[in-house]
This record gives sequence, C-alpha cells and structure tokens, in this order.
Amino acid sequence: MKILRAYTWLVIAWLTLPVLVMIVFGFNDTPGRYNQTWDGFTLKWYGKVFALDELTRALVVSLVVAVLTMLIAGALGTGIGYALGRYRFRGSGTINLIMFATMSSPELVMGASLLTLFVSLGVGLGAATITIAHVMFSISFVAVVVRARVLTLDRSIEEAAADLGANGWTTFWRVTFPLILPAVGSGMLLAFALSIDDFVVTNFTAGTTTTFPLWIWGATRVGLPPQVNVMGTLIFLVGVLIAVGTTVRSSRVSRA
Amino acid sequence: MRHRLAPYLLVLPGGLWLLLFFVVPMVTMLSLSLQEGDVVNGYVLTGHWQTYVDAITNYRVQLVRSLIYGAITTVLLIVAAFPVAYFIAFYGRRRKATFLFLLLLPFFVSFVLRTISWRYILTDEGILLGPLKDAGLLADSFHILGTPVAVILGLVYNFLPFMVLPIYVALERIDPRVVEAARDLYASPLLAFRKVVFPLALPGVFAGVLMTFVPASSDYVNSAVLGSSSTTMIGQVIQSQYLVSSNYPTASALSFTLMAVLLIGVFAYARALGTEDVMKVAAR
Repeated sequence: MKILRAYTWLVIAWLTLPVLVMIVFGFNDTPGRYNQTWDGFTLKWYGKVFALDELTRALVVSLVVAVLTMLIAGALGTGIGYALGRYRFRGSGTINLIMFATMSSPELVMGASLLTLFVSLGVGLGAATITIAHVMFSISFVAVVVRARVLTLDRSIEEAAADLGANGWTTFWRVTFPLILPAVGSGMLLAFALSIDDFVVTNFTAGTTTTFPLWIWGATRVGLPPQVNVMGTLIFLVGVLIAVGTTVRSSRVSRA
Repeated sequence: MRHRLAPYLLVLPGGLWLLLFFVVPMVTMLSLSLQEGDVVNGYVLTGHWQTYVDAITNYRVQLVRSLIYGAITTVLLIVAAFPVAYFIAFYGRRRKATFLFLLLLPFFVSFVLRTISWRYILTDEGILLGPLKDAGLLADSFHILGTPVAVILGLVYNFLPFMVLPIYVALERIDPRVVEAARDLYASPLLAFRKVVFPLALPGVFAGVLMTFVPASSDYVNSAVLGSSSTTMIGQVIQSQYLVSSNYPTASALSFTLMAVLLIGVFAYARALGTEDVMKVAAR
C-alpha cells in the first residue's frame, strides 16, 4: 500500500516533469533561440509573447479552427448522439460501426486518406480542409458523450411536461435540452481540445498553412524560441482553469 | 410520420460528414494504392498489386520495427499502469478525482510540445544527463536520444493515461466484498489478486491495449523527435512518401497495409483471450 502510493506519486511526477520543464524555460533569460540551458530568471518573454508574427498567426489559425470544430462537431455530434440514445432505427448499427472505426483508426491513416481525397478532387489545402478533418474525428466523441447522457435521462420528467400540456417541441427545448446541455458542453470542450492539440491529421491536411503544433514541429530543428514555452504555459493554465471550473460547478449542481 | 423520420433527420448531417470525409477517403485511398501514374500526369486504375509487394519488401524493416515498438510499449504500459490504477481504485478514497486529474494534467500541453520537452530533458548535456556526467556517474559518451529506449520511453510517456483510465474503470467496478469473500475462503492476497481481481480487470486491460497499441505502432512523432535513422518507424515512411516524395500509390499501399496489420493484430489478440467479455468491450 505504501509502495503503491509512492509509485503512483512517482508516475505523476514523471508525467508532469516535461510540463514543468516547459513552464520553467519560459522564464529563461536565454540570449538566442537555443533555449536548453538555464541562463537566469526573466519575465521578458511574457512581454514579448506575440513578438514572432508567424507563431502568433499559427496560434490564431489553431484557435479559429478549434472554435469552428467545436461548434460544427458539437451540433452534428449532438444530433447523432441524441438519435442513438433516444430512438431505435434502421442503420443505427452502421452509424455505431463507423463511429467506432473513426475512434480506433490510426490518425495517420485518417489524415493520409483525407489527403488522397483532397488531392484527387484538386481541393486546395488550408484552414478549411483542416477544419473538415478535425470535425470528422471529433463528431464521434461528441456523439458518445451525448448518447451516454440521453440514455441515463429520466423519461418521466418529459412525460410530466407532456401531461402538463407542453407539445413535443416545447418539451424538447424547455425540458430535454437543458438536461442534456452539460453533456453537449463537455462534448464540445472535448472537440476543442482534440482540435487545438492535433498534429498528425493536421500535418496531412494543412498544405502550407501552419497551426500552433505544426509551427512547433517545424521550428524544432532550429530551436524553439521561449515564446513557445510562454504560449504553452498560458494554454496549459487556461485549460486547467476551465477543467477545474467545470468540475467544481458540476459537483455543486449534483450536490444541489 | 414526423416521429419516424426524426432519428434520420438528426443523424443525417453528421452521418453525411462521416461518410464524405471518413468512408469515401478510405475508398479513395484503397483505389489510389492500385493505380499507376504520377502527380503531374494523373493516375489510372490498373489494379497494380505489385505496388503492395514492392512497398512491403522495401519497408519491411520499418514495418516490423513499428510493430515491435508498439508491442513493447503496450506491455510496458500494462506493467506501469496497473499499479497506479489499482492504487487509485482501491486506496484513492475521496481523492480519486484528484489523482485522475493529476494523471491527465499533461494533456493540457500540446502532444508535440511535451515530446520535444523530453528531448530537452534527455539531450546529451541537458538537465538530466549533464549533471550526471559532470559528477562522473555516467561516461561522457553515454546518450539516450536517438536510441530505441528514448523512442519507447516517449511512447510509454504519451500513452500512459490511456492505459490507466480503462484499467481504473474496470477495477473501480469490482465489489470489494468479492475480494473479501475470496480471502474468507482462505485465498492468500496474491491468489485473490490472481484469481479474482485480475480476471475482473481484464476487460479494462483489453480496452487499454486497444487504445494504445494502434496509435503507438503508427506514431511518427516520438521516433522523429527522440529517435534517429536507426529507429525510423513506418509512420515516418508513410509521412514522407506522402508529403515529401508525393509517391501516393506507395504511400496509400503502406497506409492500408499498416491498418490491416493492426486490425488483424487487435482481433487475433481478442480471439486469443477468447472471453466473451472481451468481445463485448470491443463492440461497445
């Protein structure tokens, strides 16, 4: 038991080590782009975080694509998830199979096959094709989260609304939708997170457009500027804050 | 009438998206792998199976290496993840959620950035090896970067949470009274673990293998960032065939071979374990 506890903490420390290194080296007073040895503490990179135009542009592309993915995959995935959780219908097995396939296929193969499609259609690669690809692999995750919520929904609440004279439309928007909204929200957050972090599929569908992970990848050989560490740290903090915020809120809701 | 159409209308937009951008591309890729030609003059479908034979013969080494790295990574993941999942499930008590959150913490940093961070840590004169070498604990010629060890360490690092979580979910569902019953019937702790806890955790292990073996074997980021030319994996080959040499038929053939091999591997593994439960988990 004591050994297990120590081991668990050791694993957590190991998992967190690269994150700590990233954060610490964002404060490194390095003279050039060679940000691998410690040269003293500075806050100057936080002031110059947007000093590299290309990097800033890549971050903006990443954010735009992630927001679009979140909205489109959120809507389409919710439709599928709601239908699968609520109705029995012909073809639901096929949908399930395709969803399972998108979630278990190697990302590499999905990216590569999309590239072959775009190339054979003569479609120019860019932010639009990246978004198409990100929506494709995010839909299933949103659908799975929403379906799980719809399946555990207490039908008697909707029946009560119908008994009180609400029609199907009113019941859905006033009763059902608010009940599944937390699942839709977490599905959309998942889509955003999957999109902003994606490298493999993006690499195949981006053409000459650069996203944040792609820019980092391209810059590895010349050395990563400290701005990358600063942006990484800020994204990390925002992500952690959102996660902690939603957990605290949902635990309060479930207690109430 | 409206009610019977409702599920189809709801599924239609998303279903269409998956059809157009998942199913159709897969078919396009399969067809392209059997075509001959080049980017400038276009391709003609000739059913040229030789592309597969050539591609597999030329890149046999990288393909086999990827599967071996994937398998080693998966075994290490099970060994590394099981105790963590076990501790959180049985001794985590009120702090279960906190432990799980800490395990997922690295995911708030980009996958590429985390892997590059390891390169900084493991580099020859970096923050880990530098001091050890200065202290004379390691020979100056010692290095980790560029070796299979670095690549597999990176893979284990990146996929560990995907193994811990499913095992944790399976262990969490075990009724502690089942284990107590085994102890009451004079099973030693070890025997109770072997005969009761571990079999009940197997579906979780299977789900974990499913979630890690495929992405680990087809990964090309870890090998590119932490490895060298002697650790090249099939993902890197496919990537450069597509994006550098634009050799689409060969690249498509390799992608298909990779996917086929991985799927066959996963199903063979499911059959070898042979339990009904395992297939149910896979179907879910």
